[in-house]
Amino acid sequence: MVEFGGWSMPVSYPGGILDEHHATRTSVGVFDVCHMGEFHFSGPRAGETLRRLVTNDVLRLHDGRALYTVACRPAGGIVDDLIVYRLAADHYVTVVNGATTDKDLAWFVDNAGGACDIRDASAETGLIAFQGPAAERALQTLTRTPLAGLTSFSLTVDAVVAGLRVWIARTGYTGEDGFELFCDASDAPALWDRLLEAAATVAGKPVGLGARDTLRLEARLPLYGSDLDDDTTPLEAGLGWVVKMDGDDFIGRDALRAQAAAGVTRKLSGFVMTARGVARHGYQIYDAAGEAAGQVTSGGPAPTLEKNIGMGYVPPRLAVAGSKLSIDCRGKRVDAEVVAGPFYKRSKKEKP
Amino acid sequence: MSALYPDDLYYTKDHEWARVEDRDGQKVATIGVTRFAVEQLGDVTQVDLPKEGESVKAADVFGSVESVKAVSDLFAPVTGKIVKVNSPLADSPEYVNEDPYDEGWMIQVALSNTKELDALLDAAAYQTFLAEQGE
Repeated sequence: MVEFGGWSMPVSYPGGILDEHHATRTSVGVFDVCHMGEFHFSGPRAGETLRRLVTNDVLRLHDGRALYTVACRPAGGIVDDLIVYRLAADHYVTVVNGATTDKDLAWFVDNAGGACDIRDASAETGLIAFQGPAAERALQTLTRTPLAGLTSFSLTVDAVVAGLRVWIARTGYTGEDGFELFCDASDAPALWDRLLEAAATVAGKPVGLGARDTLRLEARLPLYGSDLDDDTTPLEAGLGWVVKMDGDDFIGRDALRAQAAAGVTRKLSGFVMTARGVARHGYQIYDAAGEAAGQVTSGGPAPTLEKNIGMGYVPPRLAVAGSKLSIDCRGKRVDAEVVAGPFYKRSKKEKP
Repeated sequence: MSALYPDDLYYTKDHEWARVEDRDGQKVATIGVTRFAVEQLGDVTQVDLPKEGESVKAADVFGSVESVKAVSDLFAPVTGKIVKVNSPLADSPEYVNEDPYDEGWMIQVALSNTKELDALLDAAAYQTFLAEQGE
């Protein structure tokens, strides 16, 4: 168990990180993510308030739909990355990182100016992710809610799973198809047990923080605190697609527009180690001529690909597929090469 | 199922073990990491070791182990010249997890000072040490 943002969480369950990683890629992984923060934004001005607080256009959401976004400071630095779910025109829920919940709440409240009610429901909300190619088949055994009709980034708030009232969202952080189930915190242990039983019927497993990290890294999903922070902008992080500059104003827009016009000076890039070595957070990146080029923000083994991979910020000239890098792995320069897109992309949906 | 901490080994507080044999009057220590270290590391994905003929010094770093979650240094329990390296670990680092006291050995060192062995722990003392660490 490790301390993680004030929570005690397992790095892995007894099977180990690799086992859990492969189970999620081939069957189902069950993730206790109760540490994530949930805020309710409610009132007639909830939508317009959130639009100003995050970079993506939440006003385009319909009821039961969700989007991924970041919230930025006026200078464009990222406060956090989050998912916004619209329950109703006057009720949105955001799911934020566990370690940043307090910071995010203070920032949202300060910047909302009382225009809508913002309630921190983190303590009373349980959240369990159920991810993998067999997730739909296994979860369907516990609920009458037709899961096939629940499309990616959709949410249903009136589901019953194993006799417990839950919200089911088709979202996740693994690069697999899957679900996130919100429940009353007091129901979380029972829901966890039933989800593990359902997972076990398809050789699924509980998954700890270790494999959560290898899974998200393979899918090239950024981790706040490693790849994103208050000093990086979404444009630098390759998250320009969640920044909707046109239309309504949002905090950070002027700075991001200026950065878009001037061009970024560094870009988050994915790389594969082409020689023997493992890159880790904080290691120095060099270009082919041996000039310092940036730092690794995430790195480690990619168990599905059987390669070592990583991400880091490098100048735009190097942030193109095929660029040769070398990384200082504890005093040894190890060759790496920039690759475009996710390291791992799941194949089409499992047939029932 | 082998013992968690076999009685015939020496141990260090850095969680390495040494099995000492006499070869024609020369003491040779086979060195690896303990079951406790393996449990802490999790799945090992890469083992970086020195080459045969190089020397190691007691308490100095002689290599490193990459697991899925982190990288950890390896500390030599004894001083001496490396007479053999477990080269199959390059392709099969999982031996360290599966069999840390046998297939997962790392290097063999010809001891230059057998007195260093006196400073190492026996199995009972190592387990007492682990217990004191709250493990």
